[in-house]
Amino acid sequence: MNIIGKKNIYFLISFLIIIPGILAVIFYGLNLSIDFTGGSRITMSFGQPVNDKAVNLVKSEMSAQKIKISTIERSNNLLFVRTQPIDQSQNSKLVNSLKKDFANFKEEEFETIGPSVGAETTRNAVQGVILASFLIVLYITYSFRKVPKPASSFRFGVCAVVALVHDVFVVVGIFAILGHFFGVEIDSLFVTAVLTVIGFSVHDTIVVFDRIRENLKRNPSHAFGQVVNDSILQTLDRSLNTSLTVVLVLLAVLLFGGETIRWFIVALLVGIVSGTYSSVFNASPLLVLWQELRGKK
Amino acid sequence: MRSPRFLLWVIIALTVISVFINLPAFKDFNFGPIKNLNFNQSPVLQKIGITKPLDFRKGLDLAGGTSITLKADMSSIPSAQRDDALNSAKIVIEKRVNLFGVAEPIIQTSKVSGDYRIIVELPGVTDLNEVRKLIGTTAQLTFWEEVGTQSGKLATSSAYPINLPVGYKKTNLSGSDLKQSSVGFNQNTGKPQVLLTFTSNGQQKFAEITQRVVGKRLAIVLDSLAITSPNVNEPILGGNAEISGGFTVDEAKTLTTELNAGALPVPLNTLQSHVIGPTLGASSLDKSLFAGVLGFITIVVFMVALYGELGVIASVALLLYALIVLAIFKASSLTPFSVTLTLSGIAGFILSIGMAVDANILIFERMKEEQREGKSKKTSIELGFSRAWTSIRDSNVSTIITCLVLIKFGTGIVRGFAVVLILGVLVSMFSAIVVTRTLLRLKYG
Repeated sequence: MNIIGKKNIYFLISFLIIIPGILAVIFYGLNLSIDFTGGSRITMSFGQPVNDKAVNLVKSEMSAQKIKISTIERSNNLLFVRTQPIDQSQNSKLVNSLKKDFANFKEEEFETIGPSVGAETTRNAVQGVILASFLIVLYITYSFRKVPKPASSFRFGVCAVVALVHDVFVVVGIFAILGHFFGVEIDSLFVTAVLTVIGFSVHDTIVVFDRIRENLKRNPSHAFGQVVNDSILQTLDRSLNTSLTVVLVLLAVLLFGGETIRWFIVALLVGIVSGTYSSVFNASPLLVLWQELRGKK
Repeated sequence: MRSPRFLLWVIIALTVISVFINLPAFKDFNFGPIKNLNFNQSPVLQKIGITKPLDFRKGLDLAGGTSITLKADMSSIPSAQRDDALNSAKIVIEKRVNLFGVAEPIIQTSKVSGDYRIIVELPGVTDLNEVRKLIGTTAQLTFWEEVGTQSGKLATSSAYPINLPVGYKKTNLSGSDLKQSSVGFNQNTGKPQVLLTFTSNGQQKFAEITQRVVGKRLAIVLDSLAITSPNVNEPILGGNAEISGGFTVDEAKTLTTELNAGALPVPLNTLQSHVIGPTLGASSLDKSLFAGVLGFITIVVFMVALYGELGVIASVALLLYALIVLAIFKASSLTPFSVTLTLSGIAGFILSIGMAVDANILIFERMKEEQREGKSKKTSIELGFSRAWTSIRDSNVSTIITCLVLIKFGTGIVRGFAVVLILGVLVSMFSAIVVTRTLLRLKYG
């Protein structure tokens, strides 16, 4: 199998997946949860499946108390309502009046996040991703410092991070599309998922890079592209088997893990598939491309 | 490397300890012919001097409860006293929560970019009205003078302090008349004492009261609890009082903090609050545990299908891995650094099982390759480990770096996830390098 020879095709596939996502981010924006924007979220249960009548009654109770609703979502026995920030006394008033309307009404969850906390979460998330990427480049540059010429350890670091950024774009892009069409929200769990994907992606990339490093030492006479291609093929079984195990575990959690972490798991699944793809088809071919461009000068 | 036999004993010991820690306490359990089995760790732990109960510390999302982040409004507090004021506000909440009887509350203060915050987590409390009573009002500091038993009817009043003997009457002196309280030392005896400084308004009221109650007691009451009731030895006219009464430095500090709660009241605004009903928490716990067990079985089936005998060995190593990590979680409840199990933490744990498998897969694939090149089974085992080690090390270090960043920048959920993942990665390296290798060496060595 000649992966390096067809590298442009693999780069193209990546772009075809990433570009719609980027367009979705630009045109639709991200469907940010109250974790970032501030607001309140109430989870209600009525002891029976939620019907239209119940939803309308909740709506009218809320407007009677001048609570502005952002979204209402229902799933079987639960009703999820997102509103502008409301405080505890407003909430207890609402709960008391809803208890009069519905015999088995229960507030399962109530969360309020002030706008300043939301801004802080956003800032922390962005800082976290940037700092983690930077540290990973540093670590790889250090760890691969003995890699034989013409390769340079800094390039390994940068290529690993390009693969990582690829995965972040894929996950964020797909969630921008999911957010627009299915109302899927980006919350702080999503940030956790993205950061895990970063860790996993680099984890995967390093396994391939480690083999390249070893093969470069063993066969100094071989062409760089050839060494990279061999290394990818030698580690392919492992890459696929590992990803498959993690994907299987995630599928188990997705099917039985409950609703609260469903989209978190989906984000992980997308990211891990993308991470495996990028470490095999992007990170290492990119090393070769860089090498070729330098060679032409 | 030590001999495999020695390591095997270490592994067996670790397994036994982990199982011992993980087993839930049970009583009168029947299993086939064996009747009335009992098991409880506490007596054993007590023998080695551990009295805390051993249990997983569950986060609010699993246990149900309320978490609130409050912002202290410091606009009226001089900047030098803001730390004191924040601490006092925290102490007030702590006292109320303890009085209310919440098990394992967490009350922390934090300073984020100039904001003074108090974070309160109350497991099991889901009634917001109760929560508001606990933290929604600022502290009331009042002074009560001893008037003798003739006004016993006062004791029946609902506003009467809970732990104050009958015979006190509320004065017109209150927290707003107190400027500041601090710890000082008596110049003659060198013993710690608590100093009170009153405002000019308070100075006048205090002078009147102390003239009236010389030789009797003046109780100081925070909310509804008397915190101290010193004897008034002489009228104090200058607005500066000292309470000396054989306390330690720590006791003096506590009293000062409590007094400052009245002197430096800070209004608290809710920045963030989260109430999770108990049924929601319990069902999340059940579901994620089930998912974890299912995920584990999936891995075992997959590994055995892929690698046969090797897969069985890897599964044993993984089982031990899961036991050790869970034992660390549970045992950490005895230390100040207890790991709180949250929904995202369980997700991190399940993911770390995936990463632990990866180390095994890396090693096995490498062994296969070495065998294909014609090396003996024994040699390929050793080569498989030594050659896979660099990639296991580098990939896990990068995961650890990401986790450290998460712990630094993350908020609650994210941090819980990262702590679990970092523990998982560390134990997984041990499991792959020590456990899998020892078992392989014993079998094929």
